[in-house]
Amino acid sequence: MGVIVSIKPLLAVLVTLAAAVLIIFTGERNRNLREFWTLLASILKFAIVISMVPLILKGNVIEYTIISLTPGIALQFRIDSLGMFFGVLASFLWIITSVYSIGYVRSLDEHAQTRYFFNFALCLSATMGIAFAGNLLTLFIFYEILTVATWPLVYHKETEEAIMAGRKYLVYTLTAGMAILFGIILIYSLTGTTDFRPGGFLSGYGSASMLRFIFVILILGFGVKAALMLMHEWLPSAMAAPTPVSALLHAVAVVKAGVFGCLKVILYVFGPELLHGLSLWLLLAYFVSFTVIVSGMYALAQDNLKRRLAFSTINNLAIIIMGAAMLTPSGIKGAIFHMGGHGFMKITLFFVAGAIYVKTHKENISELDGIGRQMPLTMGAFAIGAIGIAGIPPVCGFISKWYMALGTLEANEVFFLFVLLISAMMDIAYFFPILYNSFFKKPKEDISPHFNEAPMMMLVPLMITAIISIILGIFPNAFFNFFSIASTAAGKILGGI
Amino acid sequence: MIDFIVSKYNYWIYIVLMMIGFYAMIGKRNLIKKIIGMNIFQTAVILFYVSIGCKRGGTLPILEYAHGHAGEAIQASAYINPLPHVLMLTAIVVMVSTLGVAIAIVIMIYLKYNTLEEDEILKAVK
Amino acid sequence: MIEQAPVLIVVIPLIFAFITPLIGWRRKELCYPWIILALTLSTFCSVIALLTVIDTGVIHYHLGGWLPPWGIEYVVDYLSAFVLVIVSFISLTVAVYSKKSVEQELPDKIPYFYTIFLLQITGFLGIVVTGDMFNLFVFLEIASLAGYALIAVGEEGAPMASFKYVIMGTIGASFYLLGVGYLYMATGSLNMADLASLLPDLYGSKVVLVAFTFLIVGVAIKMALFPLHGWLPDAYEKAPSSVSALLAPLMTKVAAYVMIRIMFTVFRPYFSIEVFPVTTILSWIAAAAILYGALMALAQTDLKRMFVYVLISEVGYLVLGVGLANKNGLTGTILHILNDAFMVVALFMIVGAIVYRCGTREISQFRNLHRKMPFTMAAFVIVGLSVVGIPPTCGFFSKWYLILGAVDASQWVLAGVLVLSSLLNAILFFRVIEYAYIEPRNGHDSGGESLVVAREEAPLSMLIPIISVTAGVVLFGLLSGRIISTVIQFAIPACF
Repeated sequence: MGVIVSIKPLLAVLVTLAAAVLIIFTGERNRNLREFWTLLASILKFAIVISMVPLILKGNVIEYTIISLTPGIALQFRIDSLGMFFGVLASFLWIITSVYSIGYVRSLDEHAQTRYFFNFALCLSATMGIAFAGNLLTLFIFYEILTVATWPLVYHKETEEAIMAGRKYLVYTLTAGMAILFGIILIYSLTGTTDFRPGGFLSGYGSASMLRFIFVILILGFGVKAALMLMHEWLPSAMAAPTPVSALLHAVAVVKAGVFGCLKVILYVFGPELLHGLSLWLLLAYFVSFTVIVSGMYALAQDNLKRRLAFSTINNLAIIIMGAAMLTPSGIKGAIFHMGGHGFMKITLFFVAGAIYVKTHKENISELDGIGRQMPLTMGAFAIGAIGIAGIPPVCGFISKWYMALGTLEANEVFFLFVLLISAMMDIAYFFPILYNSFFKKPKEDISPHFNEAPMMMLVPLMITAIISIILGIFPNAFFNFFSIASTAAGKILGGI
Repeated sequence: MIDFIVSKYNYWIYIVLMMIGFYAMIGKRNLIKKIIGMNIFQTAVILFYVSIGCKRGGTLPILEYAHGHAGEAIQASAYINPLPHVLMLTAIVVMVSTLGVAIAIVIMIYLKYNTLEEDEILKAVK
Repeated sequence: MIEQAPVLIVVIPLIFAFITPLIGWRRKELCYPWIILALTLSTFCSVIALLTVIDTGVIHYHLGGWLPPWGIEYVVDYLSAFVLVIVSFISLTVAVYSKKSVEQELPDKIPYFYTIFLLQITGFLGIVVTGDMFNLFVFLEIASLAGYALIAVGEEGAPMASFKYVIMGTIGASFYLLGVGYLYMATGSLNMADLASLLPDLYGSKVVLVAFTFLIVGVAIKMALFPLHGWLPDAYEKAPSSVSALLAPLMTKVAAYVMIRIMFTVFRPYFSIEVFPVTTILSWIAAAAILYGALMALAQTDLKRMFVYVLISEVGYLVLGVGLANKNGLTGTILHILNDAFMVVALFMIVGAIVYRCGTREISQFRNLHRKMPFTMAAFVIVGLSVVGIPPTCGFFSKWYLILGAVDASQWVLAGVLVLSSLLNAILFFRVIEYAYIEPRNGHDSGGESLVVAREEAPLSMLIPIISVTAGVVLFGLLSGRIISTVIQFAIPACF
């Protein structure tokens, strides 16, 4: 159990940065070369990240300091289990999304493709930076870079709706950034450091009311990106972005970064002991359960497929935080694993939405009757994703929800168990009608009942993620020891180092 | 009270002059009058400086027999302070340069707008 | 040569300035390389001075061999050396940049322009390097006079704006002179270090109090601190592009340097904080300046005028750090002198480049500008992010220290003002970025690449300075830890 110094975290961040520069200089002159940079970088990044997994599993921590920024804080990477989990998730899903993006963008012959891929690569650099950050300031730096890099992707379509969505996104995230900054400065002025420690490092500093205040603004700040209610409004609007953007960024990178930030604050800055002492965990759990229930209800009311998926995302993110807020071993394990599992399942669902749009230009659920006849593989994948989110075996969502339910029992708060059950029922209520309509209803005017699937570059990725969701449900450790990483993290946090 | 005013007459003079200059700079609308006000303002400050060097019974700070008489002691208290004079020479130079630049700018304005009244010029600029 | 470095920094531009008209009379094209040479030498000397100070400590240079306090002394300590390097480097950058812009805007006055340009820089350098209060007045006036002249040759309405600057600037300088006079009356000395040792016994005296007030008000006028900023918007907006690029970053920063000198070197810090609580007053004025600048900037449609109001806001940041009067606040101010100088010079150079190529400064005309001038606009995005305070650019780090200083002093309202201003700046810059980068479409995805706009990037002599300054903006952010530990930490008076 030691600290290993290695330049690999920095390399993982830089590889996509280099790709971004190459992409923008290759530009439109040679599209295939440009796409090659994206794919090459994604594979390299994944390889670097995976090579670090065995070390983490043994309980080590990988560290790399770049430069000291101010007395007491350095621009530093320190990969612990939670960070590794997020890093593996993001880098793998990026490979898949890159392939899907290329398919999507080329099928629709989108404008400004160079800008699209450039920003995509930048976002991934920033996400890796967030995952591997060793202290709050480093995390904040990459967090803000992520905000700025995702903005052009949100307004990519450059319609009136997209531009407004972009502005809304900026207003929400920049204000949140300022709140987080204020919290970080308060922490720094109290303790003189912002380094993450499993089990928290804030105990014993400052008054209880000051600590409560810091916790509230940090959670609210990170909660904007994590789309907690009432700061969630930007996410449904951001569905005006192209589907691969919604898929990766708003189901995996950006919102998961928000949840990741929340988890770090809860588990690595404040820690279970302090939160119990301040009675904040219960407050947090009630706050997010409000989100869980209300977002489920909103989802039921949406006709636009992507908006329904957006509210489902909000629902699941809040569940993750609720699970972590239980501050028990199973709760934390389940929450971290759900971060990953939900990523795979939701990305499948978004990929399906994109495939449907590319093939039929349809966005609303009411128009999707009978589409299962035309695109059975696609809708099959949708079924797998939907089943998983509802928490039904054998898809991986069942495992994470099971552990989180155990977590609520371990914490002796049966209320949250009911919240989990109600949300599962709502999941079934808003996903299953889609499945029923698409497979069993008669198709409306222009959906041909003949087999006419989405292009291969889009079909293959979504099937891969669907299949992985099932595999993870049966063998949670199948994918590079996903579950073990989650368990190691939980153990360290509660064991306290 | 009278004693207070009379004994510090140099201060009162410079304050009055400064305020006249200040009023002219801000209150008058003709550009040349503003410049004259600026001049009065700066002159007031210069007068003040020179006046503080003055001493009762002091004489001009010129040494009659400086060269070749290095052994002689100089009674500093008999001479008025020359340092403010020297500083003000520099300040007068600054004042004159400022005057020159200001007048050059006013000439530019006059050639362009044919008037030296501030309100007319501002209307023309808009 | 090293012992002569402090005076060479000032003397070289001065002498070169006098020779410039002669050179210009023979051949106009030689002026440009000539001033580049002058400023390069001057920058070289500043860097030597900084390295010497870091190595051996404060440099004292006695002009003419006369010992202080009777003679004029040039003192280079950490703070002076730091500001010297910034001033000379930025002057060099703007000089390189100025070639094309001056040729376009003032084709028949090139030698005279460069003469006054060099004199202006002499003034700035002299203010920073001198250790004598009256000498500072002289250099302050040299800088101001040159500034009046440079601004007056700008566009429509510039002479009037310059005239207003003449009036207000003279009031400021005269107040400063009065302050020095009162100090002289009370102590008999003009040397800064000497005054610092003589004054503490006199802190109760009203003369000293009034002197301090006159000094601070005079410097505040020169610094364009709200509400004494009236001369700044018109003057810097209507000046020629190179002049704005030179004056905007430097004049205000040098004046802030003077303020720090007066408040913390000549007068001991406890005077400025307790005996006469000017720091409290200044911090509230600064907060007002920050908000005023940001709000006024929102209302502008002309990009240059918007930057001018951003500048007023930035002056507020500098004074806020001084007003907080604790270690983090002062670190923030001194770091911000560096950061802001680079950010503002970049902004004004970018506007100048846009004017050079497109002839307009109206934001609404900026459609497709990112295709026409991709590098310039990319630089604009990065510098804009820095002004907003997005890490890892340098602007973030000055804000970090300023907010930290406010938190340390438990001034929650001031911390809130700082945070709010970041958001206001965000609105400002992202609005312009939207105009320049987004091409609105009606309906859904139209295929392929749309209109082809000819690439007409700024000329290299403009582009290279812009890019190097932008690179500096990012680099200084990452290196702020090193900068602070090597230089700034020692520039702050020891009692903080």
